[in-house]
Amino acid sequence: MDFSGFLLMRQEVALTAAMLALLLYDIFGPASWRQHLRLVATVAMAAVVAVGFLPATTGEAFGGCYVASEMTALMKNILTVATLFVFLQIGGWLRAGERAHREGEFYYITTATLLGMELMVSAGNFMMLYVGVELASLPLACLAAYDKYRNKSAEAGAKYILFSALSSGVMMFGLSYLYGAVGTLYFSDVSAVVSPTPLALLGFVFFFAGLAFKISLVPFHLWTADVYEGAPTGVTAYLSVASKAAGCFVLLFTLYFVFGRIEGIWYAMLWALSVATIVIGNLFALRQKDIKRFFAFSSISQAGYIMLGVMGGTAQGMASTVYFILVYLFSNMAAFGVIAAVEGCSGRTDIAAFDGLRRSNPRLAFVMMLALFSLAGIPPFAGFFSKFFIFAAAAARGEYVLVFIALVNTVVSLYYYLLIVKAMFINEAEGEGLGRIRTDNYNRLSLVLCTAAIIGVGIVSAIYGYVGDMSAGVALK
Amino acid sequence: MNILSVFVALPLAMLLVLFLCRTTVQIRTVMVAGASLLLLAAAALVVVFVGERAASDAEMLLVADTVWYAPLNIHYAVGVDGISVLMIVLSAVIVFTGVFSSWNMNREFFLWYCLLSIGVFGFFISLDLFTMFLFYEVALIPMYLLIGVWGTGRKEYSAMKLTLMLMAGSAFLLTGILGIYFTSGGQTMNLVELAGRHIPMMHQYWIFPVTFLGFGVLGALFPFHTWSPDGHASAPTSVSMLHAGVLMKLGGYGCFRVAIYLMPEAAHELSWIFLILTGISVVYGAFSAVVQTDLKYINAYSSVSHCGLVLFAILMLNQTAMTGAVLQMLSHGLMTALFFALIGLIYGRTHTRDIREMGGLMKIMPFASVCYVIAGLASLGLPGLSGFVAEMMVFVGAFAEHDLFHRVLTIVAACSIVITAVYILRTVGKILYGEVFDRHHLGLPDAAWYEKVSAVGLIVCIAALGIWPSAAANIITEGVAPVVKHLTIL
Repeated sequence: MDFSGFLLMRQEVALTAAMLALLLYDIFGPASWRQHLRLVATVAMAAVVAVGFLPATTGEAFGGCYVASEMTALMKNILTVATLFVFLQIGGWLRAGERAHREGEFYYITTATLLGMELMVSAGNFMMLYVGVELASLPLACLAAYDKYRNKSAEAGAKYILFSALSSGVMMFGLSYLYGAVGTLYFSDVSAVVSPTPLALLGFVFFFAGLAFKISLVPFHLWTADVYEGAPTGVTAYLSVASKAAGCFVLLFTLYFVFGRIEGIWYAMLWALSVATIVIGNLFALRQKDIKRFFAFSSISQAGYIMLGVMGGTAQGMASTVYFILVYLFSNMAAFGVIAAVEGCSGRTDIAAFDGLRRSNPRLAFVMMLALFSLAGIPPFAGFFSKFFIFAAAAARGEYVLVFIALVNTVVSLYYYLLIVKAMFINEAEGEGLGRIRTDNYNRLSLVLCTAAIIGVGIVSAIYGYVGDMSAGVALK
Repeated sequence: MNILSVFVALPLAMLLVLFLCRTTVQIRTVMVAGASLLLLAAAALVVVFVGERAASDAEMLLVADTVWYAPLNIHYAVGVDGISVLMIVLSAVIVFTGVFSSWNMNREFFLWYCLLSIGVFGFFISLDLFTMFLFYEVALIPMYLLIGVWGTGRKEYSAMKLTLMLMAGSAFLLTGILGIYFTSGGQTMNLVELAGRHIPMMHQYWIFPVTFLGFGVLGALFPFHTWSPDGHASAPTSVSMLHAGVLMKLGGYGCFRVAIYLMPEAAHELSWIFLILTGISVVYGAFSAVVQTDLKYINAYSSVSHCGLVLFAILMLNQTAMTGAVLQMLSHGLMTALFFALIGLIYGRTHTRDIREMGGLMKIMPFASVCYVIAGLASLGLPGLSGFVAEMMVFVGAFAEHDLFHRVLTIVAACSIVITAVYILRTVGKILYGEVFDRHHLGLPDAAWYEKVSAVGLIVCIAALGIWPSAAANIITEGVAPVVKHLTIL
């Protein structure tokens, strides 16, 4: 038997091994081992990340259903790093209260969804992609409902599964039309023959709608706020970073390579959708009182910015998109780490809980401020660079009006990000305030890493250069 | 290391050292030492620059260039001409005096203050559009917290208004910068190289207004000046000094260096629109100052008027007026900083800035009052002080444009001198002379030693510029000449 195909898939293999090991450890390990579960899960995930950074191999497996390239390796690394951060941040919460006895569940369900996302990224066939999407979505509903005795969490799970099922159905429907139009589901074959016939377009639009749901582009965003608010904070972080990133990566590949021949169509679609996403995400974020809902809308508008990079349509566009997502990962994870810490101490997720954070917890306030500035695109933090490259990718196509609309919206977004900075730095806490929050070492590690990345990723140009090399390596049409 | 990078490295080092400081004495030591070093470096820069200038007639001197982001041709490129050298000197003086004016502030305040300085210095040394824009925004964002946390009055409102308006300006600016980069062929972000490339006219028509507006917001261009009075009134003393003294100059400098230099054709054709707006700024700012009763608002509107004059002079597009514009930047920077330092001093003691609640301060605080009179006289253009030289050159240069439109505008703008005299003399007469308004004020102490350092430092510069303007004017002229040449080749 030829095992080279498995070497190609080593990120998935490592992830599966980690998942099974955690499962077995949790079920068959003696009770005394259980207290180390958090450490084991973190180390296992770190090992998966490390495997991803081994020199990449390129090639196809399973007759072209599975494709691995340097770019897919990089994208999967981004996803695994995001998951590692989630593990670091949520561990303390998992151990508290009635959740303690089912701590292990969280780890292997999360790795299962991650496996789905990796398969999405590496898919070379629409069936494979669909399997990946399903594998990524269904366990996520369990995660959203993880805190099952809290009504909002249960509601989030129900909403997610319903929307997810609907969007999968829509996507499947689109794929069936596409198959009818072109007679194949392999990416390479579809890209050669796809043409703007009504049937193929219909198929494409439905397929796109299914993906847009994962990325929560307007008008497919309606589930986002409720699910983000209800889900446990760590899961919200996972949804807002890993799940969204996976969707964007798939969109990049399919739009560039599979539907490259009907670029005129999807370009116009993306133009309208990105403007709508940025504007509506921003306008709704303005009025939010709950920080998780707030981040739901903030992440919607960020998705709109990502679409600007996708529209770039060149290696540069791909590089800027992936780089943007990388920076977004660190910024959002830093913010959610602080939210988790504040929630863990006060049990509150409203923005007023952050009043006077500078006085009670100057370091957490500092990290949160950096994260918000990075999300708003303020130099010298990484978010400024990633936004600039996104805008440059769009401007390279002469889309100055679009860039201007997006830039005006960054001012709006700055307003609401500053509202949180204001709460932390200017407002006084009512009553005694929060008191000193003791973050556990895991979360602290995640915050330190994110802070270092927010400050360093932009200034060290080699990182963008690395992403650029990876995307230049992908043959572009 | 290139001497120019010192101006970014030094505040950065101050910022990092401040993290380690614990006691007030340590913080003050770091700030005073750092600011003094900056001042020394600025003095050294002038000497080095004059030496280099004698040896070379390149447009930019002391250049250094490191590739940063190769795919987009982004370099960390620094270099200075006469104008930027003087702007750096101005910034160093105001950062130095600002430290003394905010003597009692805590560590966090100075952290943001250092970050603000990094932005300001970085902007003036940059030759690369990207790094220029980066430093520009670095200078903007600390203002939010500096005003919001340490300000007075409606500080939260003012801080938000200022930040958002300036950021909206930078949205225009970034669109313009991307436009400049891609329409000029997407080969370079370097200002000097870009000036050698041609941007197609059809693009210049939109990039010029967009860039000019972007910088103009910071230069308090009417009707986008409304952040300035609120922001300056709410900001703590040294932040007002730095903001009105240096940050507003970023606007004028940017209009000159980016908008006009890179798009000379559009500058010729569209300057009339902005001339009208700046003309309104000049007169409207002065009239608004007349009716204010809050000392800071008076000075803030006076800044709108004076900074309007800077943009007004730049748009005349001739050598004399542009030289005058840079002199006006220096002069306004120094005297407005002096004003804000003194207002902070007075407010710190009387706890009011309302001129109706003060009087006879000359008897109570003779030192501060004399300084205030000097600042006032400089502001209304008394010969021998900096204001006169600057305004003289501006109006002489402006009057040289001999068509009716320019003449009329110049005459209207020149009227602002009279209005300036009205509000300055009225304020001085009301608060410094006459009867003591409030008997509780009688026991107030005069300026402390650190406040005296700040005031004297600024007055010395104002007088030096007024008595020996040719020293500065010669350096400026050489900086302006290439831009004017660029404009006249057409």
